[in-house]
Amino acid sequence: MSATVEKIARPPVIEMFDVAVSSARAPDIAVVADVNWRVLLDDFWVLGAPPGSGKSDLLATAAGLQLPLRGVHRLFGQELLSLGEAERLHERLRVGVVFEGGARPFTHLTVADNVALPLRYHREGSEADIRQRVEEILEATGLAAVADRAPAHLVRSMHPRVGLARALALAPEVLLLDDPLAGLDPRQTRWWLDFIGSLAAGHPILKSRKMTLVVACGHMRPWMNRGRQFALLKDKQLLPLGGRAELEHCNEPLLRELVAAEFTSD
Amino acid sequence: MDRVHELIAFLLIALGVTVTRFHFAPRVIRPLVRAQIYRAGVCLLPMIGFLGCALGLIIIGQTVSLLERVGAEDFIGKLMVTVVVRELGPLLTAVVVLARVGAATVVELGTSRAQGDVEALEALGIDPIHYLVVPRMWGLAVSVFALTIYLVLTALLSGYLFAFLQNVPMRPSEYFQQLAGALRWEDFVMLTLKATAFGIIIAVVTCYQGLAKPLRIEEVPAATTRAVVSSVVACILVDAVFVVAYLLI
Repeated sequence: MSATVEKIARPPVIEMFDVAVSSARAPDIAVVADVNWRVLLDDFWVLGAPPGSGKSDLLATAAGLQLPLRGVHRLFGQELLSLGEAERLHERLRVGVVFEGGARPFTHLTVADNVALPLRYHREGSEADIRQRVEEILEATGLAAVADRAPAHLVRSMHPRVGLARALALAPEVLLLDDPLAGLDPRQTRWWLDFIGSLAAGHPILKSRKMTLVVACGHMRPWMNRGRQFALLKDKQLLPLGGRAELEHCNEPLLRELVAAEFTSD
Repeated sequence: MDRVHELIAFLLIALGVTVTRFHFAPRVIRPLVRAQIYRAGVCLLPMIGFLGCALGLIIIGQTVSLLERVGAEDFIGKLMVTVVVRELGPLLTAVVVLARVGAATVVELGTSRAQGDVEALEALGIDPIHYLVVPRMWGLAVSVFALTIYLVLTALLSGYLFAFLQNVPMRPSEYFQQLAGALRWEDFVMLTLKATAFGIIIAVVTCYQGLAKPLRIEEVPAATTRAVVSSVVACILVDAVFVVAYLLI
């Protein structure tokens, strides 16, 4: 009963019904099929997915960046295809995405300008307001000291942070992260886990509003104590597993494999 | 043939985005247009100046000298306007811009696409055509037009200088009167349209080759070659259309 009440109180932010996810490189081929998935406000999903299972395409489709081959996809209760261009963009910007590797920073812009880009493009506030917002985000993400540097002069392991800071600039309500820990050293990994945990709990840069999170990853162990809902991508299917309590009784071999997989920083 | 259709579709999309987003995000797009003008226009000024001088000394000076010798000096103005203003000026400028900026654009955008920049822009709700193609299109259009003017002026001036050094008995006032007399209003209109069209062609073809399809890093050199060849062919075809237009006027 209480779970039902909670579900009613927390509206769905992403809904997919019988969705077939296409590949960016081969738009006619379904890489994940029959996806039935609901992400509710304040959820923290962890999707375990082995390499090549289509997790990036699933996240791109969930964010409204790619059209599904078939099925119904809704963001914040609305089908994107039924909206006009301006409304569609408005809904899409409520979802932030950080692709694998943090999405390379734009090399012709400094770190601060990378973060300011979405604000300058979409918002009409004054340059002083934008600079203030950028400073807040850079401070929160530990990039303030390198704000004026070109990405080429940054340590490579800091690039994903620039991608994360850039994705947070527009204060999205939902953040989709594609294997955010890939290639990070233990110190960076710790920072990412703590920072994402603080976003889920309500970070000051988001005015302490809790953020809905979806993390797709190849190694689930670092996320086991942080995620609240879990799912697997297996054999072109999305298999929702439930919460932490359900995981303890789950005998899915892929889950054991992804949890047991030694987490190494490449 | 499919590639031609795709290229035309790409051009129409870029023009459509220019119109529909004309006033959108000016503080992001205008600096990018200015950067393209600086890169394709201002930075190429010395090269265009050098080529203009070479064109004047090698071709125009000799032509003026030859026409004087055979007593056909009355045709100097007409010949200069036809050869330099209508044909060589825009075409040579387009080739220089294509070689110096167009080829680099394919490499930049191809690498950028291969490394996921397009997806990153889309994730931020930024239209890649608006951010990557439109500034290059208008930056190159303005640059090719401006550089064509500089090339023509430099070539005509240095051409007379060479003729003067060869003791051709023609006063500067005579030379420039002939040029002014040979120029018609349609020459100014056609020069503007042709140079702008060449700039747009170079930008669209190079952006199309770099962006339209996901490239692997090793495919970038082949895409660059295709872009250069396609741009030259497209510019010559458009030039032929302008020649027909001149003949019909």
